[in-house]
This record gives sequence, structure tokens and C-alpha cells, in this order.
Amino acid sequence: MSPRDLSWNNPRTRAVVWQTAAVAIVAAAAALLTMQTTANLRLRGITSGFDYLDRAAGFEIARSPLSYSSRDTYRRALAVGLVNTLRVALLGTAIATALGLLIGIARLSRLRIVSALARGYIEVLRNTPLLLQLLFWYALLQALPSPRDALQLTSGTYLTDRGLFFPRPVWPGGWSTLALERPALAGFGFRGGASISPEFAALLIGLSTYTAAFIAEIVREGVLAVDRGQTEAALALGLSRARALQLVVLPQALRAIIPPTTSQFLNLLKNSSLAVAIGYPDLISITNTTLNQTGQAIEAIALVTMLYLAMGLAVSFGMNLYHRSVAPHVRPVRQS
Amino acid sequence: MGFVQCGVSTGIAGFSALDPQGHWRGLDVDVCRAVAAAVLGDEAKVRFTPLTAAQRFTALQTGEIDLLSRVTTITFQRDVQLGIEFPAVNWYDGTGFIVRKALNVRSARDLNGATICVQPGTTNELDVADYFRTHALTFTPVVIERLEEATNAYFAGRCDAFSQDQSSLAAVRARAPNPDEHVVLPDLISKPPYGPGVMPADMRWTEIVRWSVYAMFNAEELGLSSTTIDRALASDDPNVQRFVGKAGGFGEMLGLDADWAFKIVKQVGNYEESFSRNLKPLGIERGYNRLWKDGGVVYVPALR
Repeated sequence: MSPRDLSWNNPRTRAVVWQTAAVAIVAAAAALLTMQTTANLRLRGITSGFDYLDRAAGFEIARSPLSYSSRDTYRRALAVGLVNTLRVALLGTAIATALGLLIGIARLSRLRIVSALARGYIEVLRNTPLLLQLLFWYALLQALPSPRDALQLTSGTYLTDRGLFFPRPVWPGGWSTLALERPALAGFGFRGGASISPEFAALLIGLSTYTAAFIAEIVREGVLAVDRGQTEAALALGLSRARALQLVVLPQALRAIIPPTTSQFLNLLKNSSLAVAIGYPDLISITNTTLNQTGQAIEAIALVTMLYLAMGLAVSFGMNLYHRSVAPHVRPVRQS
Repeated sequence: MGFVQCGVSTGIAGFSALDPQGHWRGLDVDVCRAVAAAVLGDEAKVRFTPLTAAQRFTALQTGEIDLLSRVTTITFQRDVQLGIEFPAVNWYDGTGFIVRKALNVRSARDLNGATICVQPGTTNELDVADYFRTHALTFTPVVIERLEEATNAYFAGRCDAFSQDQSSLAAVRARAPNPDEHVVLPDLISKPPYGPGVMPADMRWTEIVRWSVYAMFNAEELGLSSTTIDRALASDDPNVQRFVGKAGGFGEMLGLDADWAFKIVKQVGNYEESFSRNLKPLGIERGYNRLWKDGGVVYVPALR
């Protein structure tokens, strides 16, 4: 075995040197930036650090999924924001996928009308800014009647401009007593029962329909990418078009569909921050308020960036696993 | 430099808003113009940066603006923790509510269970939360950042009441599609004093802003207005002489021209004039903001 060649001629040596230099430069830049920032903060008398997280937030959050009051800490308020973002992101992703799949397949229909309608949906929703769409849905939901003139859908379910109110199960006296708590008109609005706020609904509908348009196009392209021969062979075997699509084409189309769809899921997650525009208390909205009340801009932004990064990486990781399961690496066949 | 960079609101009638000709007008705007008159000799040497409640402090802290004059409540947290200096108070106010008359709400206590629109990052948001907690009442907040959209949500019926500083509520009511349908509640649930904010790194700047604001109050107390100040140059009253710069040398101590206060009153006016042209047309009364000798709480040190 030859002795290790550490000279510059060795490409491995060069690789190590360059990479070490790159890491050193990035680390130095980061250190310089941090030192300069802390020095500036101290100079201006601005406090820094994450101690503010333990202080009482002082503001209320509407319809919080976790128990929360203005006495709770900023940390808890952020947790509420995080849960709110996750709620709308997860639900939105599920709806967008289902809707996108449906519309993508409709786009491929041989019925001209169906295909044209799907095309119309895709073009309109892809080409208008999401913020406009959110404001549109929010304005639409504002046109609902006030609680005093609520639309009663079923007994105990009311649709108003303050939200959809419906009964929820409660256990007032232990496990055996299951009852339905119905919303009732009292004072300014409804008391009791559960509700979905118009902010949440507008955000969910807006995000889902918008992302579904993109997913529809991805599905369509994925299906078209599958060899025509597969469909023909399936039909020759006696499968109907629908079954051919379901059992033969779509599973193969998934390989082409999953990577761009992952991007769309990440987009949906990031777009959920537009909640600020319509008053839904998501992570960005709560961070905004916290930032303004405490003045600790750097810590707040750093924290929220880390959280979005974590959520995004989790989505990517999950989707990559899924992708690997439907697209196992196939060795290219050597032509002999 | 060459001009004062002034942070104002995105449009609060009476305090900082654009008039139909595109000029900034308001009580807070006049503070910036007064400072410009004192320091640069010309009240027009100001550039305005409209800021939302959420942006205002970061803009000041990073040096994007020299002076924040934007209906900002002076609080311990802002003074101590954010490192902002508030040299003077230019308006005493209170957090109030505007509600629909049809709801038959007489006072803030009747708002138990109501939905209330607020803007994020304001002391109003905190005051409302504190008030309701103290009186064991509940409410549902609807938090919308921009004033225009928040008031639109209130007008559309999304919330039962809108909470803001009471002086601004008169303007909100005026903007309603049907002003007679709304009423501003008489209760004040907090007592926020407003004042301009600066970063304390430059002590001299803090003092200039402080004494520019005080100058406008002192002018009113001395009976000097933009129309009478020219005659005051010939006055024998030592207080007036110190004010216009004929004696005392105060301008020099601040690093300004001797007639710095004269310029403020001549170009911008005294506090009464500023109030009359900005807030009186909106139906707002001076209330606490009268001079101490007229029954208010404004009591500023004299120029001596």
C-alpha cells in the first residue's frame, strides 16, 4: 500500500483544504455577525435573550386550541400559534391533496366539459395572488348573517358571520354521562358548543383550493408521464378505464407526482403565514404581536424561523420516505 | 442629513394623516415640524415614514427614523426594555370603545361575552385583556393589523365593538357608512399618555425634542401664537424675551440658533393652534390636555 499522499496534487487533499476553508469562512462570518449584533444591542440599551418567554403575555387569543389566558407566558402563546398553524397546514394539505387529485383526473377526462371546467379552475386559481383569494373568501364569509339572524342548518348548528357553531360532546358527570352541549344565543353571540371561526375557515378554504390547483396540474403531468403502453395493456387485460387508472397508472404516476407535490405542501405551510392579513392567530401573527410588545425582534424571528424549518424538514423527510417506498431504485439494465 | 426623518402612522385622522393635497397633517406631524423648525430652521424639512403599530419600534431602534411621532403610549416596558426615550407627553388619552347603538351597551361592563376588534402590538390589546380579566368578564378578540381593515371588520359586523384610543374613535365613527348607528362609550379603561420617541444614544437630540414640545406649550401659556409672535420681539417681559431668544442664550445651550423657539411658533404655531387645526374639527375636546391654569394636566417647565 502506498503511503498517504498529502501533497497538493492529491485531489483528496485539495478537497479537504477547500472544505475546511469554506467552513472556517462561514463560521467566521457568523461569529462576526453575532458579535456585531450583540454589541449594537448593548450600545442601544436593548435587552436580549430569551427570558421574555417566561413573562406573562398580557394579550388574549381567540378560540385557542390549548387552554390559554392573558396570564400565560409568551412561550404558551407561541405554542398556541404553533398548534394553530399546524391545524390549518395539516387539514389544508389533506383537503388540497384530495381536491387536487380529483381535479387533476377531471382534467384528463375525455368529456370536454369536465376537462374544460377543470382547466378553468386551475388557470384562475393558479394565476391570482393567494392574498387576494384569502381576502375574497373572508369577505364572502362576512356576508353571512349575524348571530341574531343565524342560518340554522340542523338543530343546534348555526352558520353566522362569527363562525359555524355546532354541538360538541361533553361528559358533565364522569364517563357514563355523555351529552351534547348545544350552542345557544345569549348576549352578543353564541354560548356553549364548539365553533369554527370565519378566519380559520377562510384561510383553510383559500389555502386548500389554491394549492389544489397546483397539485391538479402535477397529477395530470404525472399521469401523462406514464407510458401509454401501460394503459393499453391494462385495457387489453379487460380492466375498465377507471380501474386501469386506479390500479396501473396512478401507482406509477406517483413517482413523478410526489417530489413536486412535496414542494406544494411546503408552500402551503409557508403560505399559512398570510393568516396575519385576516386575523387568524397563527404562529407568525402571535410572533408579530410578541415582537412588538417585547421589542425582541431577533430572538422572536430566530425562534419562528427554527420552528418553520423544523416543520418543513419534517414534511420533506416524510414525503421522501414515501417517495422511496413507491419508487425503489432500479438498476439500469445493461444492454449486452 | 438635511431633514428630519419622522415616523408617523399609516393614517390616523387628527394625529398623522395625508390631506387631499398629499401633505401630512396632524398633532404628531406638528411635533416633527416643530423639531425641524428648531434644528434646521424650516418646518418643511421633514420626511415622513408611515409605520404600522407593529413596525414602529423596530424602525426607531434600527435608526431608520430619527423621531417617532405616532400616537405611541409611554409605558415602562417601552422606556426601559426597548431602550426608547420619551422626552415629553404631547397628548393625554384613554382606551375606549366604539359600539353599535343597537346593542344597547351603556358602559364597558356591558360588553361581557362580546367580540372585540383590536390591533396587534398595541397597549389597547393589553388594556382590554386586563380590564376584562379584572372585572371577571370574557371577550373574544379579533386581531387585525391594519387600522383600515380592522375598522372595516367592525363596520361589517365581524365584531361587536372596536377598541382604540378614544381620541381616534371619533375619527373612526366619522368614517362609518352610517355614523349615527355607532356610539363611542364614555368609559376610559386606561390612561395612556402619548409622546414622541427617540433613541437615547444622542442626549442632545432628546433634549431638543423635549424642549421643542415644551416650547409649544410655553408659547400658549405666554400668549404667543404664530400671528402675535412678531410683535413679541419688542416685548419687555423677561419670560417672552427668553422665549424668543433675546435673552438667556438657551438656543446656544441646545446647540441651536437663539431664535429656535421663535421659529417653532412662527412656522408651526403654539399647542392651541396645533390642536385647533387638527383635532377640533373632529369634535375632540382638549379635556385633560388643557394647560394647568385652565383645569388640565399640562404643566411644563418654563424656559429659564
